[in-house]
Amino acid sequence: MRYLLRRVGFFLLTLWAALTLNFFLPHFMPGSPINTLRAQTKGRVSDAQLEQILTSFGYKPHENILEQYIHYFGNMLTGNWGVSLGSSLGTPVSKLIGQALPWTLGLVGVTTVLAFLLGSLIGTIAAWRRGGVVDSVLPSVFVVTSALPYFVVGLFLILFMTIDNTWLPSSGNYDTSIVPGFSPGFVGSIIRYAALPALTLLITSIGGWVLTMRNNMITTLAEDYIRMGRAKGLSDRKVMLNYAARNAFLPNLSGFAMSIGFVLTGAILVEKIFNYPGLGYQLYNAVNSIDYPMMQTLFMLFTVAVLGALLVCDLVTVWLDPRTRAKG
Amino acid sequence: MTTLTSADSATAPEAPVGPPAAGRRRGRSGVWRAFLSNRKANVGFGMFFVLLVMAIFPSLFTSVSDPTAPGKFMPRLTPSGAHLFGTTSLGQDIWALFVYGSREPLIIAVVAGGLATIVSVLVGVSAAYLGGIPDDVISFVTNVVLVIPTFPLVIVLSAYAGKPTLTIMIAVLVVTGWSYGANQMRAQALSLRNRDFLESARVRGERRSYIIVFEMLPTMISLIIANFLGAALYSVLAAAGLQFLGLGDPNSDSWGTMLYWADSQSALESGTAWWAILPAIGIAVLGVAFALMNYAFDEISNPALRPVRRQRGKKLAARMRPASAPASAVAGGGGRK
Repeated sequence: MRYLLRRVGFFLLTLWAALTLNFFLPHFMPGSPINTLRAQTKGRVSDAQLEQILTSFGYKPHENILEQYIHYFGNMLTGNWGVSLGSSLGTPVSKLIGQALPWTLGLVGVTTVLAFLLGSLIGTIAAWRRGGVVDSVLPSVFVVTSALPYFVVGLFLILFMTIDNTWLPSSGNYDTSIVPGFSPGFVGSIIRYAALPALTLLITSIGGWVLTMRNNMITTLAEDYIRMGRAKGLSDRKVMLNYAARNAFLPNLSGFAMSIGFVLTGAILVEKIFNYPGLGYQLYNAVNSIDYPMMQTLFMLFTVAVLGALLVCDLVTVWLDPRTRAKG
Repeated sequence: MTTLTSADSATAPEAPVGPPAAGRRRGRSGVWRAFLSNRKANVGFGMFFVLLVMAIFPSLFTSVSDPTAPGKFMPRLTPSGAHLFGTTSLGQDIWALFVYGSREPLIIAVVAGGLATIVSVLVGVSAAYLGGIPDDVISFVTNVVLVIPTFPLVIVLSAYAGKPTLTIMIAVLVVTGWSYGANQMRAQALSLRNRDFLESARVRGERRSYIIVFEMLPTMISLIIANFLGAALYSVLAAAGLQFLGLGDPNSDSWGTMLYWADSQSALESGTAWWAILPAIGIAVLGVAFALMNYAFDEISNPALRPVRRQRGKKLAARMRPASAPASAVAGGGGRK
């Protein structure tokens, strides 16, 4: 229990640190946001309105900085995220994010979990069949794939799959000629459009899981309790999964939470390459159009995503590993 | 915070497994010899070396000396003897752009990777050595930096600060890239803290700084090198990603910037595909070079990870076991010796 409380404490403190950073960044940057905004909206919006927009993300020149800070905190936590200053000027940020979120969750979420589970499985098998064909070829292959940048893989997939032949679409999220709904055609087109971005993420992220799982397994397999399991006459399968893999999996699990940060990197680049309208693409657009409220909100959400994943993985670790429970 | 450190010691198996005493006996030349006899390390170093030569002596590879100047040649020429990979739609020679474009990624890799490693070592070792409340504070800060999603942060930063110059880019990469290594260094230094050889140095009355620099750091050398390679890899990929998104200096000549221009000029669709393919290959090769060397260092410091086949000669007796129990070969093959 104490262990869990410590983890929740870490969650809250880190969230506070990230939000504070998020608040002070625009304040310490050179230039007044209102000038930037005026230049950017090219006089379409009056100064009074601009100031009102800016107040929504903590810019209140008449208040002292502490009051601004407290207001900003309240707004961030209550989902009062202001309005977008980008191409869809005036639309609430929360609405834009609501539109983009399902696409990122569907594409990036599913692919990441898939890569994690598949990679851990391959790593387990590679370490179990030590010295076999799988084990001697795969490490080198996965070292190479895990070092490939997202955009390089994406680029080559586009080059081979879409330029000369039109097997798979390389841009967008679904066929706009089909009416959205739960029809087989529409669902099929979502899958077809997600195929290349998903493949890009899978190729670049699976290698890391295979390698760390294999390395953990090799260390675990040398433990005495593995020999003990064998001596008891347990089946190979049982020793491999219940004795070795279960223990080797634990560090991978906290690694999974830490990797969400990298996954978000991938989401930004992959969604940009394939024009996939998820959160990463939103961030890219927000940066290009200097959309402060959008940037601030997205950065906060990304931090919350990483922290949330960390917390979930801690809970799972407590469930899988009795030692963490005993310690607390 | 306990999970974080345990994760780190597991992803860096040398922390608990690698016997520091052996590393000490091996010394610096031993690490180097192990590096030379590792195939992954050789391949990785070879790739790195070719790129290094290209970056230092670009005039050996191309006769064009000012590759970014637009309109020098006819736009969109197909590959020929004069232009090996054709020209861009802005009238630049693609091969020359590629050759000169190798400089920035290499500088970023070495400088940003090096500085990040220095920060990791300083932070990690001092956290472990100080212990108590300073350690708690340093570890907390490290973990916060580790958890905050760096790439989105870098993107937001560069949006506020304007297009970053090379120096700012490197600074940002160092600020965001040191935390992972610092955790590893701390774990390794903690496991060394109470070893006999450090104790004897303390009894000899050596100064703290002497103990850290001359007694502790040499035993951590392979972890430090592995860390540098990892940080360099991260820097290359992150910088290229930023430049690809158009958040670098658009007038610089760098593979990431090349990709940005190729993408914004739809190079793939307009018959100048090499404009995008060459820098993509360049970044991939540089990244793979660092990754291979990095993994080689993991194998060097943790013998259990090495390919089993290579040990066949020495460990034949240990591996003479029924094929149905292949895993026990690992235990015989020097798992935790």
